[in-house]
Amino acid sequence: MEHLNLFVKSIFIDNMIFAYFLGMCSYLAVSKNVKTALGLGSAVTFMLVVTIPLNYLLDKYVLQEGALIEGVDLGFLGLILFIAVIASATQLVEMVVEKFAPALYNSLGIFLPLIAVNCAILGGALFMQQREFGGVGEATVYGLGSGLGWLLAIVGLAAIREKIAYSNIPPALRGVGITFIITGLMGIAFMSFLGIKL
Amino acid sequence: MLSKRNKEVLFNPLSKDNPVLVQILGICSALAVTVKLEPAIVMGLSVIVVLACSNVIISLMRKTIPTSIRIIVQLVVVAALVIMVQQFLQAFSYDVSKQLSVFVGLIITNCILMGRLEAFALSNKPWPSFLDGVGNGLGYMIVLVIVAFFRELLGSGTLFGLQVIPQWCYEHGYMNNGLMILPPMALITAACIIWVHRSRNKDLQENNK
Repeated sequence: MEHLNLFVKSIFIDNMIFAYFLGMCSYLAVSKNVKTALGLGSAVTFMLVVTIPLNYLLDKYVLQEGALIEGVDLGFLGLILFIAVIASATQLVEMVVEKFAPALYNSLGIFLPLIAVNCAILGGALFMQQREFGGVGEATVYGLGSGLGWLLAIVGLAAIREKIAYSNIPPALRGVGITFIITGLMGIAFMSFLGIKL
Repeated sequence: MLSKRNKEVLFNPLSKDNPVLVQILGICSALAVTVKLEPAIVMGLSVIVVLACSNVIISLMRKTIPTSIRIIVQLVVVAALVIMVQQFLQAFSYDVSKQLSVFVGLIITNCILMGRLEAFALSNKPWPSFLDGVGNGLGYMIVLVIVAFFRELLGSGTLFGLQVIPQWCYEHGYMNNGLMILPPMALITAACIIWVHRSRNKDLQENNK
């Protein structure tokens, strides 16, 4: 029950995009059609599911005060370790995608390696550290939930952007401006999930 | 010191080539810290410091870094600088660092940093790189401050935590707009800024879509 609650909460309430604006760069750039958006969304979800438990274990057995060496707090190394884990995992995912799904690889282009610097992944790790989850299971559920939340947001936006391609938008708002406003409105809609508890 | 080109490098990012409004980089952390002015300014200053320093360091090393591992080198340099900023904030202004929570750490993955390091520092001398870093950092900070100004003024009726909307307004039925404090309004405020900015600079408008 606890896990289910965390899962729903991380998808809808603590949504990476609508509540924290994490991963906006690729979110804005890759949301022009649903198919690519779906691909990138799955890649991000996968990365979060892989890296958050890894980083959780690192945090618990290496970084926390007295975990590795008695009386030494390695907390300040957190950022560097997290980013190293994320960068190497990205490299791995990139190789796998290139081998098994070349079409997806081509359509994602530069954004696949850029997942390494996607704020959503590092943000997930940092929030995981801040929220002090009870076990590796909770951390994994959190990773899966926030990944799916991100996927939901980018696919939703891509679908809307496909539809508005032909509408008559004031010239100065075209492109980024209207995308921001749509995201904002979607965010307000997601606010209505606030306070849901399973 | 400030030749014509260097001046362009320093001042273009403020409006014409603004990293947030025009290049759409670094939105990730830009909007989450804009509920109040104070954290927004601290965040802007941190980005300026990290951006200027990392630009100089990468520019100094640009001839020795092998191209294949440059991203990792950049990440390490930036991460080390961000850790220093983080420790500094925790030591000297603990409250603000609590408010910024994870977003100081997220400077590492701020697209502006990677973008500037790749596009400028790798191919320019240290001094222009420094100016470029400061300029882009300032451009980022300006947007943050404008968004935070409106959100704090309309959302809480204060600026820097001091009340600016006089008490008699409240007595006559004026109310703070609670919506402005919610995260989505940061996006809509930013969209309005982009709208104004692009209406004034017609050549920035996107014509297809």
